[in-house]
Amino acid sequence: MEVIDSILEVILPFEFIDYEFMKNAFLAILLISPIFAILGTMIVNNKMAFFSDALGHSALTGIALGSLIGISNLNIGMIIFAIGFALLLNHVKNKTTYGADTIISVFSSIAIALGLAILAQTGNFNQYSSYLVGDILSITDTEILYVFLIAIVVLVFWYFTFNKLNLISINSSLARSKGIKTKKIDNIFAVLIAIVVMISIRWIGILLINSLLILPAASSRNIAKNMRWYHLYAVLFSLFSGIAGLILSYYFNIPTGPMIVILSGAIYFITLAVKGRVKGK
Amino acid sequence: MEKACGLHCTKINHIGVKFGKDVILKDINIHIHCGELTVIIGRNGAGKSTLLKAILGEIEHTGNITFVDQKDNITKKIKIGYVPQSINVERHMPTTVYDLFASCITHVPVFLRKDKKIYNEIKEHLKIFGADNLIDKSIGDLSGGELQRVLIAIATKPTPNLLILDEPVSGIDRNGIKEFYQIISKLKAEYDMSIILVSHDLDLAKKYADKVILLDKEVIKEGTPDDVFRSLEFKNRFGELA
Repeated sequence: MEVIDSILEVILPFEFIDYEFMKNAFLAILLISPIFAILGTMIVNNKMAFFSDALGHSALTGIALGSLIGISNLNIGMIIFAIGFALLLNHVKNKTTYGADTIISVFSSIAIALGLAILAQTGNFNQYSSYLVGDILSITDTEILYVFLIAIVVLVFWYFTFNKLNLISINSSLARSKGIKTKKIDNIFAVLIAIVVMISIRWIGILLINSLLILPAASSRNIAKNMRWYHLYAVLFSLFSGIAGLILSYYFNIPTGPMIVILSGAIYFITLAVKGRVKGK
Repeated sequence: MEKACGLHCTKINHIGVKFGKDVILKDINIHIHCGELTVIIGRNGAGKSTLLKAILGEIEHTGNITFVDQKDNITKKIKIGYVPQSINVERHMPTTVYDLFASCITHVPVFLRKDKKIYNEIKEHLKIFGADNLIDKSIGDLSGGELQRVLIAIATKPTPNLLILDEPVSGIDRNGIKEFYQIISKLKAEYDMSIILVSHDLDLAKKYADKVILLDKEVIKEGTPDDVFRSLEFKNRFGELA
């Protein structure tokens, strides 16, 4: 860690990087942004934006249930709950003929209500309200290691499964005819989103986490002509708004999460404006 | 490519599907030989789509599908090619024909790089269907006919034993339909495969099918187009065909 810290000080000779918490936040953003961007590409293609949003909201319920049954490590409670929630959502979505958005909304509101009720009952709500907005400056060395590990898991999964995910998103019957186990892959993808979202929610916040998944990919989709550009632009946009957001938030004293999202939003509208010029009407 | 010999037989045996208490399909038995175009017709809700889903193994069903080589009488695992009725596309989406096609035939992740060898292979195969110039186009920007040619190309690589086409002529103009049947005739003549086509278009079924199956939860009538279209069962469901 010290080696990385001193490297950062050398390549970034600015005032902000002198602080330990800024170094950590910087590293965390370098790891989290690309991961969110690439997961986002398929979330957007699959029209799962609402799904990942509901998943983020379920964090509160995970915390509440975890504290209720006495799991000391909050992360574990949250992750287990989110995985169960994601699998359940997938299952119900496959079983019914209603629109997926309705189903997700039903589950999401029940989850939030349950979480709020339990936290209020046990008098713990104020303790966890910081999860709503998150704080990337609070990230520790050990947590960066976790993020690093999950980043590797996501990249390996993406390398070996992306083509299958891509095909499923275009037509799942076609994917099946090519011998792809569509349900299994769908579920693994949902579980992976659940884990990534839950691990990062303390730093990004329940209210903003979905925008980090959706905005870079949505912006990239506006201008990318194929899968390679789609991924490259998404990662670049995500890294840019993450790093610029962190630095600006330091100098202008604005919370980091909102600053990042404001920048991502600006990029989205810029790409929307140039879309016509890049791709024709 | 191997020509059709008529000795490969796909057997759909006793397929049955239930949703809860509702019987959607009852004891469907169909035998198809390679080089044959079988058209399945039936009204809306007759179970056509469900039958396709059962054949693809997408929904729970009873019965099975076997593929027998009658030259040596060996049962083999069947390879199915499937052409969906529609796919999930949007205008200008960042998925090119290459991205879609390569996703089906290679593990080299398409987000990482364009594999030159696979690119050429795909282009070569698309050429058979006059679609090689579409390889770098977004699948969201193709016309109905173009998209269909691409999907047929995808379904036929590698060459399947059974090619299934779901409502292939919906949303395609008259010229496109003619081209489509030229492609199907070519596939029938040059490849060793059986073809099942599900269609609303009775005129075309009459004109091109080797065999027609009238479906209404079970196989009501099967035979040559003439047999089926003159049958009482057909007239009960569709009236007199002009």
